[in-house]
Amino acid sequence: MNIYYEGVLASTGINILLALSAYTILATNRLSLGNAGFMAIGAYVSSYLTVNVGWPLFPSIAVAGAAPALIALAIGRPVLRLQGIYFVMVTLAFGEVTRTFFQNFEPTGGAYGMRGMSGVTIEMIYAFVAAFVLLYVAFDRSRAARLTYTLRDDDEAARSIGIDVVAVRLIAFAWGALVAGIAGALFAHYALYIESGNFNFLISASAVLFVILGGVQTFWGAIIGAVVLTLLPEALRFLDAWRLSAYGAILVAMMVLRPEGILTRTLLRRLRRLSPR
Amino acid sequence: MTPLLELRNVSKRFGGLTAVDAVSFSIEAGELVGLIGPNGAGKTTLFNIIAGVYRPSQGQLLHRGDAISMLDPARIAKRGIARTFQNIRLFQSLTVLEHLLVAQTCRGLGLLAELNPLVSGAERTRRKAAMELLELVGLENRHDEIAIHLPYGAQRRLEIARALATSPELLLLDEPAAGLNDTETVGLREMLDALRAQHYTILLVEHDMKLVMRVCSRILVLEFGKLIASGAPAEIQVNPEVINAYLGAEA
Repeated sequence: MNIYYEGVLASTGINILLALSAYTILATNRLSLGNAGFMAIGAYVSSYLTVNVGWPLFPSIAVAGAAPALIALAIGRPVLRLQGIYFVMVTLAFGEVTRTFFQNFEPTGGAYGMRGMSGVTIEMIYAFVAAFVLLYVAFDRSRAARLTYTLRDDDEAARSIGIDVVAVRLIAFAWGALVAGIAGALFAHYALYIESGNFNFLISASAVLFVILGGVQTFWGAIIGAVVLTLLPEALRFLDAWRLSAYGAILVAMMVLRPEGILTRTLLRRLRRLSPR
Repeated sequence: MTPLLELRNVSKRFGGLTAVDAVSFSIEAGELVGLIGPNGAGKTTLFNIIAGVYRPSQGQLLHRGDAISMLDPARIAKRGIARTFQNIRLFQSLTVLEHLLVAQTCRGLGLLAELNPLVSGAERTRRKAAMELLELVGLENRHDEIAIHLPYGAQRRLEIARALATSPELLLLDEPAAGLNDTETVGLREMLDALRAQHYTILLVEHDMKLVMRVCSRILVLEFGKLIASGAPAEIQVNPEVINAYLGAEA
């Protein structure tokens, strides 16, 4: 495969995982702008394990998921009490603190970054994407999925039917961190080189953007959003210098024309009715 | 026998204001108790204390003899005390049936079972139970609609069905007739009669005097946070203190 197309395909896969991570937290009515922080932890932890400790790849990827999930559980209780803009600001700060930590932390290369990772192929990235999509499909069919919808709609009503809103949110936050961490590990071992700048605020913001433009009501929306928004700037390359302006204009137009995102639950229901059983 | 719910000297103060003042009463299984009182009498505060939204400043709440004053709303619901809201609170992304399905998880099968993507036997039984509840409130034909698209009266009935889906021992209804037209109120009354026939225990906070007199087996009257009367509807209607509380200012 052409190396350019392979690169685009790889970042599409990584972005699908990041979008799922943002979606999971957003689905419980919390907008996190710090998922790049979780991604960075996954990337650096796995890289340290494979390069410096000499662990094999797969256990390192597993730890790359577990480490940010544990951190999310640790900071989650106080942080998740915050709502709206306050939660956004705290997660944004978390992402930036994590990034600057790795910029200065010598054991993982500090400002020089890390190299020497390898072993992740494009096929492997998509194997992980497929595994996570399957997990989300299975989850979506369970009752627990509807339980998370109640948190998006109304906390007080959710409590009135016995839902422990703090616990459900905490689990979703930790799961979102886990998915971001694994995305980080895959990224590090595919890109072969990482530096703290790879995990900046724009990564967190675009993860949320994928979800909002794709549709916040179902995880399929997150996936569609990630695919469309990763491929769109590539498709616009013929515009040269105007590429990013056009990209921005298309985003604004999409938001104005379809604020609920590309995919909605109602649209999905209609599609399901159309499809032969 | 231990009563289903017992309040002992329950008070709630907000700063200098005593909203609920040393209220004691109990509710036995199978009763339909009405809680009435003029505006600002403390009905909603008392309701919220029982539902776990407020903690009492003083006094004790007992459910089957266990102290429950320190429990939060979710734990109160899990113990089997379900509530509805005065200003309807439905989930905007869920269908009618889904409201009942999520509520059933309240006293459900545990997290692992709820994560099962396959439709098991237990799941089929619960879906059937949910459809039966919808029949009880007359919404079985609209089970697949998005709940917030229902007309107002139907939304009220769905709120009650959602509370029932948690399999409660005690149902707290916060002004279910508020905002209903006459036809809808008749529908509500028939529904309450049906619930009573099925031996649900209900505490009904309500403004609509005709409705309360008609459906309740016992009525509690609050004024300025104090319980001033308790008895059968016929007794309450002739109680001088109650008449004074309602008409005193004007008479």
